Amino acid sequence: MERFDVVELKEMARQIRRDIIKELLISKSGHSGGPLGLADIFACLYFNILKVDPNNPRWEERDYFFLSAGHLCPVWYATLARRGFIPLTELTTLRKINGRLQGHPAPPWTHGVPGAEVASGALGQGLSIAVGCALGLRLDKKPNRVYVLHGDGELDEGQIWEAVMTAGHHKVDNLTAIVDRNNCQIDNYTDKVMELEPLADKWKAFNWHVLECDGNDIEQFLRTVKQAQELRGKPKVILAHTFMGKGVSFMENDYKWHGVPPNDEQGKQALSELTPTKYGDFIEFEWERQLVEVGAK
Amino acid sequence: MPKYQCKELKATRLGFGEALVELGHENPNVVVLGGDVTGSVRTDLFMKAFPDRFISVGVSEQDMMGTAAGLALVGKIPFASTYGEFATGRPFDQIRQSIAYSELPVKICASHCGITVGPDGATHQSLEDIALMRILPHMTVASPCDYHQAKKMVKASVQWNHPIYIRFFRDNTPVFTDPNGAFEFGKADVLINGTEVTVIACGLQVWEAILAEEVLAAEKISCRVINMHTIKPLDKEAIVKAANETGAIVTAEDHQIHGGLGGAVAEVLAQTIPTPQEFVAVNDTFGESGKGDELMKKYGIAKDDIVKAVHKVLKRKRKL
Repeated sequence: MERFDVVELKEMARQIRRDIIKELLISKSGHSGGPLGLADIFACLYFNILKVDPNNPRWEERDYFFLSAGHLCPVWYATLARRGFIPLTELTTLRKINGRLQGHPAPPWTHGVPGAEVASGALGQGLSIAVGCALGLRLDKKPNRVYVLHGDGELDEGQIWEAVMTAGHHKVDNLTAIVDRNNCQIDNYTDKVMELEPLADKWKAFNWHVLECDGNDIEQFLRTVKQAQELRGKPKVILAHTFMGKGVSFMENDYKWHGVPPNDEQGKQALSELTPTKYGDFIEFEWERQLVEVGAK
Repeated sequence: MPKYQCKELKATRLGFGEALVELGHENPNVVVLGGDVTGSVRTDLFMKAFPDRFISVGVSEQDMMGTAAGLALVGKIPFASTYGEFATGRPFDQIRQSIAYSELPVKICASHCGITVGPDGATHQSLEDIALMRILPHMTVASPCDYHQAKKMVKASVQWNHPIYIRFFRDNTPVFTDPNGAFEFGKADVLINGTEVTVIACGLQVWEAILAEEVLAAEKISCRVINMHTIKPLDKEAIVKAANETGAIVTAEDHQIHGGLGGAVAEVLAQTIPTPQEFVAVNDTFGESGKGDELMKKYGIAKDDIVKAVHKVLKRKRKL
């Protein structure tokens, strides 16, 4: 696949946001705010940055991607569907029995989705796995890159800092961690629940390269990842500043949208703000029919 | 004379450490994770022989399990090793999600298990590890009875493509199995045949059971002794056969009475052939400091306790 350019990525991010809203409207359960805030980053990862093959998710030459904060999976599933790992219509099965789109992701060999390497959901475990993966690849002198994505609230977990220390100690420079720095977690804003600042200094103190960018600015994010790829000698972290709920006015930067789906009315409004794209919706007619039914009641 | 001879005293953890070095020579994918207790768990031997394939993660057991999972994902054969309590209790959630649910064939090899770790006291006496590990889907749980079996088990684990937990002990303990004998996970060893009662033991209690059998034989009680080295998957066939043929079961282990080998055997019996069973195990209490053999006696998991349990279960059997 040709790498998408910035214009195409913007369009794809908007489509992914539409998909997230639709997934959640159908499942009536799941996380809204974080996934919406990450649509730009996921579009960049899967349509520009990561070396992946949707027809062969376990391709030996793939880049490894771990979603450590598993609850953010609606954006991952939408992106995997858009990239061809799963059929688009499968997005209607989020959190449903006998499906592969678990409420928190699992790998395909254990009820889960192609593209997932491990299970995640209990927070703070992805970085250790990513470090192990990167160390293993380095032992074999393989060029594959390893990426792991964390929520900022997730950084409250002690295991994260164990792994940060391990990665710094072993100078794991084939690893890039991305922190979704949206300042929100379930209970409140992160500085109310548990102060994380000075966050960049913390990572630096553990011997990491630290980069920061606007995670909702596609050009900036791509540039920052490129920069990270060229840095050597230490693991890299990108503190990507995003807005929870980005793209939907009434959800933006409101921590209360961490863990709840929109209701039908809110979904309708969200979709009207996220205008249709050239990629097309996966259940357009069914969804419109459902809206009509709701309106008639 | 007991039916097996104690040839020498050697620690199961040493068998583990030596097997790792052999594996290191045989298979370039074998890697070992160290949690700062390498001299104790005997991964120091591998560290010296293969420094490039030894990964120190510091005293961070939760991170160790995740790192091991990542290594397994890319085709390495990771052995994660520390003390029993810190290999199971502390990183339980990491093992559950990153290893068991994710089905990554990490080898969790813990030393200093059971009350016999002794002087370190209750914080270091892992008496819950079998229970914690055996309730996890996809997990294999094994406990070798001596140095030779430890070695064989560790070597066999490389071909065993599942997450696995193996428990070793600190002390030098009797070596009595045949170094050339076969070993297979999930296939119990019937060490002594008997007709009236069966002792099903794992770990150090296998030797205690052999000693107990000598006492019982002198009392003209015909006792079968089974080394149940794999607690999961359990050799149900051997248990049902023993229940059918001897009609009374005693289980023996260096572990809490709840959820360990005894519990696993009782689950099988309840579902197949309900049979009187007595449990030789630590009776729902924490331990204390002391020497391993002193603690075994005080906490009721030594030879004499097995003999008593056999007497008790035979009384119950006769009332049926």
